[in-house]
Amino acid sequence: MTEVVFEIEGVKKVITFLNRKAPYGTIYALEVLESVLITAAFEQHANIVFVDDGVYQIKKGQDTAALEMKNFLPTYGIIEMEKEDADEDEDMDMNWRIIVEKESMEARGLTADDFKIDVEVLSSAELAEVLETSDAVIGG
Amino acid sequence: MKFGILINEGPFTHQASDSAYQFVVAALAKGHEVPRVFFYYDGVYNANKLSAPQADDRNVVKRWSDLAAEKGVDLVVCIAAGLRRGIVEDNLMEGFRISGLGQLTEAAMGSERLVMFGD
Repeated sequence: MTEVVFEIEGVKKVITFLNRKAPYGTIYALEVLESVLITAAFEQHANIVFVDDGVYQIKKGQDTAALEMKNFLPTYGIIEMEKEDADEDEDMDMNWRIIVEKESMEARGLTADDFKIDVEVLSSAELAEVLETSDAVIGG
Repeated sequence: MKFGILINEGPFTHQASDSAYQFVVAALAKGHEVPRVFFYYDGVYNANKLSAPQADDRNVVKRWSDLAAEKGVDLVVCIAAGLRRGIVEDNLMEGFRISGLGQLTEAAMGSERLVMFGD
């Protein structure tokens, strides 16, 4: 077994989290969410992106009782809080963006008001630019 | 170049682990570095030492383990994803280790490219 130690002191990267799947039905949404929360501790720049059925992850008013699964919608509020804290703290070099792809949103009859957290709505072309300028993409 | 690898799917059902393995072998052969492979989501099943495929098929779990021994690649299984799927020290294949999600963030920060293999 090898245990590698990376030189990460002073490293600042742009990590994009790409949420593509509906919140329930597969576990990707929950486990991407867990990885976003961990990344906050490293004070990296991050884009939390919702695309395709991933836009449903942050839709208001979800009730998972009949699924017998934990409703993790409130946890997205922590991401919003991390972003706001970083925005307000001038000493913290951590820029987070919460992004919904416009085409995915509109194809599902949703508007920005349907979401539990504040989002930037970007076109597919604008999102492509965000991905292009990311250092790493982590998705599910 | 220094590559970090993220594997999102378990062995056999999906091609992700096979593709990742071939990518890592090819990258190392070209003189690139692959310090760490991180196993997340169902990818943690790649570390299950109880996996016993038929003898005329590739052994995905053993293949990773052998690569770790030969090339010193750090194979990290996410503890949270592993726990909920029953991948724990008791059934962890040699060459893998269990650690936190921060190891994925570190791989993203410390590599020039993070390459994700998934569905």
